Amino acid sequence: MTTLLSEAERQTFDEPLRIADRTFRSRLIVGTGKYADHEEMLSAIRASGAEMVTVAVRRVDLDASNRESILHYLDPDEFFVLPNTAGCYTAEEAVRYARLGRAAGLTDWVKLEVIGDRETLLPDTDALLEATRILVEEGFTVLPYTNDDLVTALRLEEAGAAAVMPLGSPIGSGLGLLNPVNIRILKDRLGLPLIVDAGVGTASDACLTMEQGADGILMNTALAEAERPELMARAMRHAVDAGRLAYLAGRMPRREWAVPSSPLEGMLS
Amino acid sequence: MAELNVEIFVNGEPRRVPVGHTVLGLLTDLELNGRLVVVELNRQILRRGELPEVGLEAGDRVELVNFVGGG
Repeated sequence: MTTLLSEAERQTFDEPLRIADRTFRSRLIVGTGKYADHEEMLSAIRASGAEMVTVAVRRVDLDASNRESILHYLDPDEFFVLPNTAGCYTAEEAVRYARLGRAAGLTDWVKLEVIGDRETLLPDTDALLEATRILVEEGFTVLPYTNDDLVTALRLEEAGAAAVMPLGSPIGSGLGLLNPVNIRILKDRLGLPLIVDAGVGTASDACLTMEQGADGILMNTALAEAERPELMARAMRHAVDAGRLAYLAGRMPRREWAVPSSPLEGMLS
Repeated sequence: MAELNVEIFVNGEPRRVPVGHTVLGLLTDLELNGRLVVVELNRQILRRGELPEVGLEAGDRVELVNFVGGG
């Protein structure tokens, strides 16, 4: 796998992503849903370079209990597995799923989702705050999926969240980053890591998101529903690096008039 | 024989188990013993060490969960 940057190069100008007590070299976090099979999932995740991967908590399929568990493919020495509360519509339900995820014994981190609407899958931010407070009290490291609203993000920070994860656009939509300004506002005002979660469709979306100053991106469908997930994963890895580099480099100002790049002096008379 | 069995619910589905059956016994019946499965009995999560000790009673609601692909 060719990479845009060697680890040594990266360390000369960038810090690793720090969330709570852990550090990650990759700023890309990926989901494990919707792949055709576990082999395709694993090849895409490896190509993405992601170290943290999300999983969902669901009933065991009793008709297929001899099937290999997803954890068979996700070696804990290779990946940090982050359970989510996807599909939960109340704080109580999300807390229940978070506790079940922790009881598996891998981690006390949780990607907290409390959905408020079935059509848009937009978060119920009141319930999200309530669940965050309960889980922080219980010792969880909470990474809440939220909307891109500053006030909610500040409340989540006060409630003890370890990161804030605003959407770029609705889950699974692939519409990209609809409101770059809100991401810049969040970056400016929050002390917590800012992970844009949901909405990225293709590499340019990831690059644009990182250029706004996001500390990382969490994506799933953009990889799993690509015609060739492993290639898209590689593109995303480069896009996240490129966007991060551009953010650190500091872009030139925008102007609504032209400024010549070549000298005005020395023209022939 | 009916009085020697009790009806419980496993992942929402009714199932009959012998009187005095343990949660570990149920997992063994389902060929789930040794797998990373989290067990919730009547909304209480059971620790692994409790599985051989806790007996099942009529009407118990058992949830067996694991990790699956998700975003």
